[in-house]
Amino acid sequence: MTTPVSEMIRTDLRVIAARIPPRSRVLDLGCGSATLLNHLMRRRGCTVMGVEIDPVSVTKAIGRGVPVAELDIDRDLDDFPDDSFDVVVLSRTLQAVRHPATVLAQMARIAPRVLVTMPNFAYWRNRLLLLGGHAPVSADLPFDWYDSPNVHFGSLDDLEDLLAALDLPIVACVPLSPRGAPSRWPAPIRNWAAGAALYEIGRARTRADRGGVEVKR
Amino acid sequence: MSRSSAAAVPAERSVRHEDGHETAESTTADTLPPPAGERWLVEPAQTVRLFTTDEPLRLARGGRIGPVDVRFETYGTLSPERDNAIFICHALTGDAHAAGYHPGDTKPGWWSTMIGPGRPIDTDRFFVVCPNILGGCQGTTGPASVDPATGSTYGLSFPILDMSDFVVVHRALCRHLELPQLRAVVGGSLGGMQVLEWMLRHPDDMEAAVIIAASSRLTAQNIAFSAVAREAIMRDSGFHHGHYLDDGVSPETGLAIARMMAHITYLSEEALAAKFGRDPQHDDLDPGFGADFAVESYLRHQGEVFLDRFDALSYLYLSRVMDYFDPFARPGATEAVSRRAPATLVCSFSSDWRFSPDHSRRIVRRLIAAGAPVTYREIPSDSGHDSFLLEVPRYLDTVRAFLDAPPAPRAGESSAPARNTPGSNGGRS
Repeated sequence: MTTPVSEMIRTDLRVIAARIPPRSRVLDLGCGSATLLNHLMRRRGCTVMGVEIDPVSVTKAIGRGVPVAELDIDRDLDDFPDDSFDVVVLSRTLQAVRHPATVLAQMARIAPRVLVTMPNFAYWRNRLLLLGGHAPVSADLPFDWYDSPNVHFGSLDDLEDLLAALDLPIVACVPLSPRGAPSRWPAPIRNWAAGAALYEIGRARTRADRGGVEVKR
Repeated sequence: MSRSSAAAVPAERSVRHEDGHETAESTTADTLPPPAGERWLVEPAQTVRLFTTDEPLRLARGGRIGPVDVRFETYGTLSPERDNAIFICHALTGDAHAAGYHPGDTKPGWWSTMIGPGRPIDTDRFFVVCPNILGGCQGTTGPASVDPATGSTYGLSFPILDMSDFVVVHRALCRHLELPQLRAVVGGSLGGMQVLEWMLRHPDDMEAAVIIAASSRLTAQNIAFSAVAREAIMRDSGFHHGHYLDDGVSPETGLAIARMMAHITYLSEEALAAKFGRDPQHDDLDPGFGADFAVESYLRHQGEVFLDRFDALSYLYLSRVMDYFDPFARPGATEAVSRRAPATLVCSFSSDWRFSPDHSRRIVRRLIAAGAPVTYREIPSDSGHDSFLLEVPRYLDTVRAFLDAPPAPRAGESSAPARNTPGSNGGRS
């Protein structure tokens, strides 16, 4: 290939990659054709694995030499033992899984560092479109209502409420513009201004203390 | 193959399966073997003595065998660097003739969908080796071979075999062929089980491992089917306590019944329904105790043709190895692969009920837990366990993509800065 791997990845994937330490063990749920993982594996020395359910994407990922399991995120995450990875990524997929709360809890079990990006249904343009009487279609929600894979339509505030309910602490939040560029909008603004956001989620210390999540060394 | 092609285009030509059974399989016109003039001819099989009476093969469960001869075929050309060899492990009743035609043959080798010029295991690029398995009966030493110590066939005095014995012999063949490292080791069913055993014990031997429609531990149901097959053979009055070859008899009825029953487990209910339904064998159904239904006639035929090419003792010995195979139960089973694992592809088929996708998922779970890089796919297919021998496009594309992929960088090869991750695991758990 002529384009260096590092230049081929989307801006928002670069934001995710920047939060992954070199040589980490990385699991990407809904990895698509494994663009992010290929970059992490070949440029950052990471040990990687992807999970993807779309057959065409799976074949592409395999062709790139990235280990990928054709599994269902809603059903099959028990296959990954506690702490089997350092970082687990879920990029623009949470709104499309059937049980987001279960998936988030599973991720926190599989790795101590969880990176989640989610489109923001409450982005101001989406609100205007809804006021105008139509389901929003935007760069971050690029589907008509009748063929969207998305089954949950939450805002950033909604996700933060869910994380609080799950006792999962937010380590960092990076609001993203509709072009995927990171921004510094503070909490009250971002639920209007951001098309999507990246959350870095840690583990609740209380849960570890209770033995709910056992951290192996 | 797709469901529609299976239903819509019944092929005129038959397909020879891995185990020699023939079916008017659901091949579409563009996947039929090439016409006679364009047949890909392959070299005849060779036989090599890998162990001798003086230096016998020592078996995992005790006992020794010498000499051990191994029949094998090769296809393609070994590169000057000797780094393009792919080793094929065959299934229970396979043989060394994996692909192509020998002069005069009407049928190609058992894995011609997978191996050949332009095929996923492309003989224009790879050097392919396929031996007959230890304990088999197609040119490699097995229980029907003559024991030089007695001058009679081994029979039941042949030692009990273990999956690791197959690997020892495979590795001896690699040494004979001067193949220091294999590009890949590939197998389906019992072949996949050999690949798994090999990669767990000697991951450095191979860059990649492909484990198709296999199992790391047979279920009670699997063992039950094996048991009935063995009982059918051993209770046949022609079995003569395993000395049938010396006595000039044969447990033909038992072996044929074993084969008929096993054959049912290789096909799915959908495949049998599509192929035969409740069709009568003759014009009308007339209740009697012959082969009234087409499916009965088909099974009888499978049982009969099997007698010409397979030995009852090999069936006993090889099926028993599968029953006992449970590699992840060994203490430290995944220690070697957790240090350095080959790229591994595990593949199952949706309608396979002999080794269902659950069997493959178990292998995948164990490898993930060991931190080994594993790729897993469940291929939609209506053809049951036999799918691994058939023209199933997504499956063949998967193997091709996997073997063509650029290798993952090894630890230490990346230019990435040193890892400094507070709170992360230092090594693999």
